[in-house]
Amino acid sequence: MTVGCTAADLVTAIRAAAATVAEHRVELIQLDRAIGDGDHGENLDRGFKAVLAALGQSTVDDPSAVLKLVATTLISKVGGAAGPLYGTAFLRASTAVKDRAELTAADVAEALTAALGGVVARGKAEPGDKTMVDALTPAVQAATGESITEVLTAAAEAAQAGADATVPLVARKGRASYLGERSAGHMDPGARSTALLLRAFAEAAAR
Amino acid sequence: MPVKKIINDPSTVVADALRGVEAAHPDLLTVVHDPAVIVRADAPVQGKVAIISGGGSGHEPMHGGLVGLGMLDAACPGAVFTSPTPDQVQAAVERTDGGAGALLVVKNYTGDVLNFETAGELVDTEVRTIVIDDDVAVKDSLYTAGRRGVGGTVLLEKIAGAAAERGDDLDAVHAIASRVVANVRSMGLALTAPTVPHVGEPSFDLPEEEMEVGIGIHGEPGRARVPMENADGIVARLLEPILSDLPFTDGDRVLLFTNSMGATPLLELYLAHGIAERLLAERGITVERRLVGPYVTSLEMQGMSLTLLKLDDELRDLWDAPVRTVALRWGL
Ligand SMILES: Nc1ncnc2c1ncn2[C@@H]1O[C@H](COP(=O)(O)OP(=O)(O)O)[C@@H](O)[C@H]1O
Ligand SMILES: [Mg+2]
Repeated sequence: MTVGCTAADLVTAIRAAAATVAEHRVELIQLDRAIGDGDHGENLDRGFKAVLAALGQSTVDDPSAVLKLVATTLISKVGGAAGPLYGTAFLRASTAVKDRAELTAADVAEALTAALGGVVARGKAEPGDKTMVDALTPAVQAATGESITEVLTAAAEAAQAGADATVPLVARKGRASYLGERSAGHMDPGARSTALLLRAFAEAAAR
Repeated sequence: MPVKKIINDPSTVVADALRGVEAAHPDLLTVVHDPAVIVRADAPVQGKVAIISGGGSGHEPMHGGLVGLGMLDAACPGAVFTSPTPDQVQAAVERTDGGAGALLVVKNYTGDVLNFETAGELVDTEVRTIVIDDDVAVKDSLYTAGRRGVGGTVLLEKIAGAAAERGDDLDAVHAIASRVVANVRSMGLALTAPTVPHVGEPSFDLPEEEMEVGIGIHGEPGRARVPMENADGIVARLLEPILSDLPFTDGDRVLLFTNSMGATPLLELYLAHGIAERLLAERGITVERRLVGPYVTSLEMQGMSLTLLKLDDELRDLWDAPVRTVALRWGL
């Protein structure tokens, strides 16, 4: 995808993300089991399976509509903290790129910025709270480049570095915050899933 | 090895169980399957504030078993230990709308708060939300997710339900609910971990000779792990932080709720309850009402929680008011 990203390209990327989530379902469950309640992988997998079904049933004609369908499906199928957070992220991304037939590299960066804005508006987490915000914030900062592939690859790498950096943190938001000091020493499951989703998008763009 | 549970398929446990609930209680409940909502059989009750709650499944009888006259109008069962989704809550509000608005009873977990908040933005009905956060095991702070909602939820739902049933308007029901939240505190402890069907292994690893203090109701680890103690030690360990938190003092009148987390048998639960009553009497605290049993469970977790609610005459009368649900029935 050296040129623009059409609705069809985006659907391909979303399908790749769904496959990644399914592949890492157990890993995300285990991360959440350590400092949460062990449902993060199950919830996201259920949500993205529903997204696949929804994509199969409807015709979506622009990238914004694809993102909106993902958003509403995640909101109605995931539950937990991640459902409304990822749902809001995709919803804000959808609004950010409204009425564009093809997305440019700049549009993708703008969509990521909007997604982060959505997560923060809903969840009120700050960087360092040990949440998905710790992956998405550096991703947005790193999201620059000439092509969509460059933007997403940079974002995905920064997101994983951000996720890795959550390991020593003491959680201040979400279920992990109940553990206090005992939450340190584990990667935040939501930060990891954010990094995985971005990597799946980047790899789909490169193909 | 498949997980040792009476289930067919881990991914359909909640839907499959709801068919059983529907078959067992047609006189009390209507079960809507998609999106999943358990509704009071005679809903909507015209002119009455609807009381709606919900949360992850695995805490039965909370919340579905608390639907009925004098308590909840609807309950939204999420996946096991996962908050329900906004469309479930939206359906619950629409099905129970008697024209007087709805009170959403939300346990303070990020997922529950966010999903109910999103639902509130989707409905036309006037809704107000009460967030319950009675777990003293969690340090309260503006900079964290705050305390969890646990055992106090049952007391809140009973009392708010009674206020709605006697005809209070939405503001009045919300005010009563806020009074419960301000006066209720809980603390729990686990001897074993629960196993979530789709996870297939215990939620945490707890050695035989240790117990997890300050446990929540989702298999999330507690705040401290200590060597196993006898019942006197366990009850004192749960009661002390509750008493010092509100605080409850000499001369207070309370409702004492001794709750099993699922697998602790009533024999042990009553034994613990007796100790709690004795300790409260020694402090000059009068237990005026009590509830003993498995009401806020965590699948098959062994363990218990204590909840204390400081009573006044009105809260006591609302507790005593008639109720007809699967789990609580009196006064009729
Ligand atoms: N307030 C918040 N802001 C941003 N992200 C959050 C917040 N609370 C929780 N999260 C993210 O959600 C993830 C947990 O998701 P999940 O397990 O699906 O939900 P739950 O905690 O309800 O079980 C955490 O790992 C964290 O990244
Ligand atoms: Mg979780």
